[in-house]
Order: sequence, then structure tokens, then C-alpha cells
Amino acid sequence: MLGLSVDRLRADMNRLLALLFHQGVLDEQFLQLQQLQDESSPNFVSEVVNIYFHESEKLLRNLRGLLVDKEFSDYKKMGIHLNQFMGSSSSIGAQRVRNVCVAFRAASEQNNRAGCLRALELLEYEYCYLKNKLHELFQIEQQRILAAGVRYPQQRQQPNNP
Amino acid sequence: MGCEMETDQTEDMDVVLSSMWPEDINEAGRQFNVERPGADQDMLEEVTINKEPNIVDFKRLMELTNYSDKGNWQLANLIKNWEYKQENAVRLLREELDNLSKQQQEVELKKLEILEEHRFEQDGYGGDKRPISILDENLKYLYQDAPRRRNDVVFEDEKVEIEAEFDSVVYWKQRAVHLEKLLEASIKREQVLIEKLQESIENLERQSSPVEELSQVLKRADNFLHFVLQNAPVVIGHQDKELRYRFIFNHFPSLGEQDIIGKTDVEIFSGAGVKESQDFKREVLERGLPAKREITFETELFGSKTFLIYVEPVFSKAGETIGVNYMGMEVTDQVRKREKMAKLREEMAVQKAKETELNKTIHITEESMRAKQMLATMSHEIRSPLSGVVESGVMKLEATKFRPREVVKHVLQTAAASLQKLLTLEGNVADDVPVEVIGDVLRIRQILTNLVSNAIKFTHEGKVGINLYVVQEPSTIAKQGSQKLDRDTTKELPMSESQDDQNGRDENSTCENHKLSNGAQVEEEKETNRKTEEQVVWIRCDVYDTGIGIPENAIPTLFKKYMQVGADTARKYGGTGLGLAICKQLVELMGGHLTVSSVEHHGSTFTFVLPYKVSSISDSSDDPDELSDSDHQDVLGDGNDDDLHSGVFVFQPRTLGTLFSSQSSTRIQKLTPNSYAFNKCNGLLLEDSLSPSSNITYKETRSDEDANSAAGPMETSYELEISDNLSSAEKHEKSVPNTDLVGRFHPYVHPSNSLRAKHNVDENLETCVTYQGQAQAQARTDGISSECSSSNSPEIPKGDLKPKILLVDDNKINVMVTKSMMKQLGHNIDVVHNGAEAVRAVQSNNYHLVLMDVCMPVMDGLEATRLIRSYEETGSWDDAIKAGVDIQLPSPDSQSNSQLEKTRKRIPIIAMTANALSESADECYANGMDSFVSKPITFQNMKQCLQQYLP
Repeated sequence: MLGLSVDRLRADMNRLLALLFHQGVLDEQFLQLQQLQDESSPNFVSEVVNIYFHESEKLLRNLRGLLVDKEFSDYKKMGIHLNQFMGSSSSIGAQRVRNVCVAFRAASEQNNRAGCLRALELLEYEYCYLKNKLHELFQIEQQRILAAGVRYPQQRQQPNNP
Repeated sequence: MGCEMETDQTEDMDVVLSSMWPEDINEAGRQFNVERPGADQDMLEEVTINKEPNIVDFKRLMELTNYSDKGNWQLANLIKNWEYKQENAVRLLREELDNLSKQQQEVELKKLEILEEHRFEQDGYGGDKRPISILDENLKYLYQDAPRRRNDVVFEDEKVEIEAEFDSVVYWKQRAVHLEKLLEASIKREQVLIEKLQESIENLERQSSPVEELSQVLKRADNFLHFVLQNAPVVIGHQDKELRYRFIFNHFPSLGEQDIIGKTDVEIFSGAGVKESQDFKREVLERGLPAKREITFETELFGSKTFLIYVEPVFSKAGETIGVNYMGMEVTDQVRKREKMAKLREEMAVQKAKETELNKTIHITEESMRAKQMLATMSHEIRSPLSGVVESGVMKLEATKFRPREVVKHVLQTAAASLQKLLTLEGNVADDVPVEVIGDVLRIRQILTNLVSNAIKFTHEGKVGINLYVVQEPSTIAKQGSQKLDRDTTKELPMSESQDDQNGRDENSTCENHKLSNGAQVEEEKETNRKTEEQVVWIRCDVYDTGIGIPENAIPTLFKKYMQVGADTARKYGGTGLGLAICKQLVELMGGHLTVSSVEHHGSTFTFVLPYKVSSISDSSDDPDELSDSDHQDVLGDGNDDDLHSGVFVFQPRTLGTLFSSQSSTRIQKLTPNSYAFNKCNGLLLEDSLSPSSNITYKETRSDEDANSAAGPMETSYELEISDNLSSAEKHEKSVPNTDLVGRFHPYVHPSNSLRAKHNVDENLETCVTYQGQAQAQARTDGISSECSSSNSPEIPKGDLKPKILLVDDNKINVMVTKSMMKQLGHNIDVVHNGAEAVRAVQSNNYHLVLMDVCMPVMDGLEATRLIRSYEETGSWDDAIKAGVDIQLPSPDSQSNSQLEKTRKRIPIIAMTANALSESADECYANGMDSFVSKPITFQNMKQCLQQYLP
């Protein structure tokens, strides 16, 4: 039965990943990230992604702070934040977040405050979606690892059939 | 001694003392300007003056007059005036008197002269001399009022006419009588004058009572004041030190004297503003300076009224304030008007501001609409993982079993569902196309969707359709660009229409008959030794339309990124121009090719040809892709087979009444929206799992078991095979990173650059030509091996010579990912976070390679590169120091010259650029960078970069 649950969890993960890819939430870069996970860094993906979340939330807070200040919007600073956000998003393959960042940055370059606000909302939405889904993914993965008896993924790189 | 009497003397005299009002009061007081009363005057007589409002505390007035400077001064002025007037009158009288006495003397003198003359000139005078009255005419000039000027009265010297003979007794007698008469007349006249003088004096005494005159003056002034003020909405008052009213003038009195005099404001009435007014008066009293204020009263006495109040202090002679004068004018209407005006102005300003705001909003809305539209178009075209191809030039493909007919049908159905034009959508899948093939269905579907939606976009009437048929495998190798050399070696030229369908069918049937499941097709699958078993079918897909077509000269640029046929087209039809480029790249990545033929105004046909592995199929047992199929199995039992093999789909425009043509009626029933949606979401998984069971849960198990026993259906064994290959490769080399997704997502990433081709193309080119798919796969597998070995046992010997790499990036995530990649590639790297740190690091270490982010805080990558290059050229860090980098110059003895020399070798600096940013490659080169890799960093571009720049 153990094998069954492992496989089912794996199927769940795959389905979730397939969905995220299909929706364009993630792109190939995420697979690159997964490839970096090995014995020496078994939790690499979730570590990186957690740092990404931490950084991104800081950036989102800063962006909102800049935009909420009605008197003055420091578009240059906003651009710097967005470059950061864009860079890290594309590094982990968060494609949709990254695309919104691009649009956001375009709006900030035109000093288009309303556009920025809309983009920020969209960005927050996309970010939350990504975060929820990745958390879900990691949760399944964790369960799967538990079910597999503390075996890390790379130990199970044998073909699907045990 | 002539006496010239002025004819207008009457009027002249009339002026004298005529005015009741001091003429020079202007000089003295300047407070009133009053007209002099004439005969026809006192216009005030006709005016009824209501004196009632004037309420005076006379005692206080006396006090004021006595004690206040002003009163004193006014009184003094009046007295001075009167005195002056009297003096003037006295002076005039005296003058007149003088004149008269002078005349008298002259007359007497004359008399003596006459007497004497008569004594000595007896004969000289005859009776012809007649007496003449001197005063006859002059009398009338004597006026009862004292004449101001009686200048010289001249008496003419006339001879007395006597009729008697001169010097006779008679003559002398007559003459004496005559003179006697003259004398009498003269005396008489003197008496008259004296009387006149007396009278004048009496008159003077009678008329000149100062008090009377003053009161007359005051009365007149008072009358004028009343006249002026009688209708004015003013209140004038005087209040003493305790602010008790001592005098008030109010034309509209509402209170009697006893109610006001001796009382203060607050004692008289109450309500809003009363206290304020009193406080204001007190303030003036205390400060000793006059002031104005507007106060709104709200009292029971007179309702709501606004007064403009002027209050001035009154000083005693000693300089102490002893009260205030107070004047108020009702300005309620004005205040209301003013407030109304202010309100209107404010409203206007608000209106204007609103208008501006509105304009801004409109502008912003327009912009955000544009942005939204852009975003929408972008998301349509790059939302899907397609853009991954564009971004990285690298992708992995999946091999999943799918049914081409289903795909065509779904694509058309989806397009029909959102169709907003009267277009017919049709699909035609030739019979020779296998029921199931193996390929990356997701991407094929995306390509198809893209091409169809493109076709619909540019077609206004007629139809859009898909034709699918098997063609002969392309025999010619088209080599396109070194970038894709490795994967594109088998790229075929557009094949002729005269395909050998029969051949394809044969292949297909063979495939089905022998249930050979493993084709070499999709390139990422590493089949190495299965040439004999695999079956590849090349399927050509035409997407045609009857749209606007493409001008011939635009075709070459059609597949370029962000290019559309023309600016007009882009405006009219929108889109980013990214779709076709991606499609083409995608098709080529899968080993096929995409071409277009078009006649302007008649339509276009996009054709792509792709190799697929043929999947064996057992129609009866193999579960359809959709759950709905199984759900409806009973009902549609017969239709199922039809469905699998029928290849004609027509979707008529909805307005024609029927949703679909009769040909596809069975299909419609089956494809309820639910089932379709499900299929869309989970199709990938289902197709992926390859399990014969319709139940997802058990599928995995079965597949595992099957694989275990190696006796399962061919599909499973196929999968097993792949996994085996993969795992063996990994086992050997341990370089291909793996995840638990192996075998499902096949995360092996295909190289897209020439790097790998270098290794393989020479030895394998021939094979490729001969054996196509298999050879290709072989080559690829080889490529992996060599690649793996190279990364696992780097060319650079370990130890001292291990290359030192510096990463300059401020983004934590990028640093983590890059560092980890480098680690897997066998390199440890140093990391700094901005350009300035990079310059310092380069100054103190010898690096063999620098990976430099472009956008960074403090100092960007371009500047840092410039500074490093400047050092390499000049040997001095002056520029860097000038730029503010804190360089610690080594002391000459701490570092040898040779080492310094060594440092000055040109370090390869690779820019890391984000495509989305405006960092152009030109800019990188211009600043001295050697190359650039685009972000996000992938294994492939990193490997390529290291190979190129590390010895």
C-alpha cells in the first residue's frame, strides 16, 4: 500500500505541475531548478522558492508602499524593485509573475500611476496564486517523501516502475 | 478826490456777514461742507427730518466737550470763528466812520473857502452859480448794514449860479442865502449819517449774539447730518469707558432712550455676536487704536444681520481713553452676496479641478486600456509555455500518445466556441493518418491553435480549415543555422504535394498490425538500438484560410519575432507578432518544419510537417482519452469506433441555425462541455499515463506493475524503455540532473546551441542522412554522453589551475541558482553584489571569467566592465578610483610585478542580460564585454559559456 500512496502522490504532483505549466504559471526554468536538486542539496527547490517568497513579499510591500503614497511615486525606485522581482521570478520560472512584472515596469516607465496600481493588483494576485500552488506542490512532495520512507527524489530516479 | 461809486455795490454789500455759517470753517474743521443759504434756500425745509433716533446724553456731551481734546478744539474753533467775524464787522464800521468824518471836514473846509472867495472875488461870481446837491445821488449808497468800503467820496466843485449881477448887494445876498442852504443841507446830511451810524451800531449789537449764531450753525449741520443719514443703514454711537452708550443714532430704532443710554451692548440685547462686538470695543478701548470688524449678529431684537463695525477710541486731554466712537453699517446683503460669490467661485474651482481630474482619468483609462489590451494579446500568445522556447531556446518535449483526430477536432471546436464571425471551420483527417501517434501533444495542439486563431483573425468570410495527411518522410536534409544544428540535421525541405499516401498507409497498417509501439520519433527519447522496431510516420498538417493573404514580400519576415506584415496590419488586427515565430521554432525543435504559401486577398496556407512515432492501438480495449467516452460508452458504443476513425469535421457558423453539421452530430453528443473541459485540463495527464485503464487512480499502479513484469501492453513497455535508457545514462554519467518526474516530464533539456552539435555532427551526419530519426536519436544520446563526461570530469585539471569565476549579481535568487548550477558543473564561484565590489574583487584576485549582471545598484555591470578594461589597458586603477571605487592599492613589495602583469591579461567578462530589459547586446559589447548570456541562466547557456571562455 505504501507504494500505492507514493505513486498516487507522485501522480498528484505531476498533475499539479502539468496544470501549472499548461496555465503558464511556470515555465522550463522551473525544471532547471529541479535539476539542481541532488543529494548534496535535497531541498534545493523549496529552499530557493522560500527565499523567493520572502524576497518577493518584501518587494511587493515596498511597491505597494511606493504606490500608496499619493503625493509622490518614486518610479525609479519602483523600476529597481521590479527588475529584482523580474530577475528572481524568471530565475525560478515563475513565468506569469514575470510577465506581469514586465507590464508593471512598462507602466512605471511611463509614470502611469493607474497602470501601476492595476499591475500591482494583478501581480499580487499572480504571486498569491503561484505561492499557493507551489506550497501545495511542496506539501505533496513532502508527503510523498514521507510515504517513500525518507527517500529523496534522486534516489528514486529509477523508471517509474519500482 | 473823485468818488467812484460802484454800481454793483449792492450785491457786494449783501455778502457782508450774510452767512450763518463761518466761511472759514473749512480751514478750521473740515468736517462739514455746508452750502450757504441763499434766498431760495434751505432745501432742508422741505425735508422732514426725523430727529427721534438721536438720543443724547447731554450731560455726557458736556463732559466730552469740556474734557476731551476734540470737543474742546471744536468749541475753540467755533469761538475763534465768531470772533473773527465780529472783528471784521467792527473794522468795516470804523472805516465807514472815518470816511464820513473825512467828508464832513472837507465840506467845512469848502465852506470856508467859499466864504473867503466871496470876500476877495466879488466880481468873479455871478448869479448863474447854482447850488448842487452833492448827496442826492450818493445817499442811496448808504446802507443800513455797515458798508464795507466807502472809499473816496468826491464832491465836485461846482460854481453857484446866481442870477443877480455880480458884486451887487443883491448878488451877495442871494449868494449868502444859497450858501446858507448848502450848509443846512450839509448839516442835515451829517445828521443822517450820524443816525445811520447809530442805527448800524444798534443793529450790530442786536444781531451778534454768538450763542445764537452757533446754535444756528449746529442746527444746520445737524439737519444735514440727519438728512444724509436718514435712510442709511448705519448706527452711530458713543460709548464711555465702561462701554455704556452715551449717544446713539439709529435710524431704525427698536428701543427707546431709556433702554439704551447708560447701558452696554450685552445689557441691551443678547444673542450671537453681541458678546463679540462688546469684546471688540473693549479691545479697541484697551489698545487705543481704531479698528474695523465684521460681526454677524443673531439676536431676537433684529434677527440675523451682519454689521461692519468701526470703533475708534476717544482720548481725554491727558491722553487717556475715555470711551469709544462706534459706527456700524449693516452689510448683511453684501455679506450674503459675497459669500454666495465665494461659494460660486469655490464651486467653479471644484468644477474645474474635477474637469482636470476627469481629463486625467480619461487619459489614464485610455492608457490602461491600451496596457490591458497589450497584456491580453501578450497573454494570449505567450501565456503558454511556448515562450519558454523564445526565452531560452531550450525546451524539453514530451512523448505522449494522442489521437490526431481528437486534437484537430478539439482545436476546431475551441475555435468555433469563441468564433465571432460567420466562418465555417472544417477539419479533414485523411484515413491513412494513424488513430494514435506519439508526440508532444500539448505543443502540437498549441501550434495548431495558434495557426487556426491566426487564420480566423485574418479571415473575414469563407472558411478556415485543417487538413491532415501522411506524407513520405522528407529525404533531403535542410540545414538551418548552426544554432539548431544538432536537432535540425534531419530537417526536411517542404515536400511536394504528391505524397505517396499509399506508402504512408502501408506504414500505418504495418504499425497497427504488428503493434509496434516504439518509434524513434520525438527526439528527446533516446532510443539507441531500436531502429528496427520503431515506426515513424510523417504527418503533414495544412491550416488554410480564405482570408486576406500575405503579400509576397512579407513572407520572409513573417516568422521573425515581433514582426507582422505591416504596421497597418498590427493596428488593425493587433497581436504582438510573436505567435508565428514561436510556432516555427517549436516545429523545428520537434524536428519538423513550418512553411507558408499565400495568395494575397485569396488566402494563406500554413503547413507544418512533423514526425510522429506510431502507437499501436487496440481499439476495443484502449480507453478513449476522455472520461465522457466511457461514461457514454453504452449509448455510443457504435459511435466510438466511428469517432476514432472519422476524420471530417465541419463547424458551421452558429447563426446558420445548427451548431454543427450533421456529419459531426455524434461527436457533439459526446463532447458535452463538461467532458471537454475535463479533457482540456487533464488530457495531458491521461495521455501521459498511457494506461489502458480508464481510472486514473489505478492507472499508475497498473503501469508500474506492467513495467515490472515487462509484459504489459506495448505502450508501457515503451515507456519503460525510455526510462531505462535514461536511467542508464544517468547511472553512467550522473550528470543529467534528475527529479522524480523522470519519465513523465522527461526533464532532460535539449540543447539548442551548436555546442553539442560540435561533438556529434561530424560523426553522425552521415548516419542521420541515412537513418533519419534513429540516427538522430543516436546522435543525441551520444551527445549526452560526451556532455556528461565533460561536465563531470572537467577539461581543466583540478588543483591549482582550477578556474576562478566571479559572479556579479545583486539578485539573491539568481545567485543561488547560478551558484548551484556552477557547482553541478564542477565550479565554485565567488559572488559579489554590485559593480564596485566586482572591481575590487578583480583588483585583488585573478579571475578567469567574470559573469556580470547588467542592472545592479551602486554600480552597474557596464560601468564595472569599463573600469576593469581601463585597468587592463593602462595598468592603473585611476579611473576606478575616480569613479568612487574604494581601491586598496597593493604596496609594491607585497605583490610581484609578474603577478601584476598576469592580472592585466584581459579577463573574459560575460554579461547576463534579461531579454525583457532594455539591455542590448550592442551596449554590452560597447562597454568591453565579451559575450552575453540571457537570463534566466540555464545549464545549456552556462555550459556553452564556460566551454568557450575557460581554457
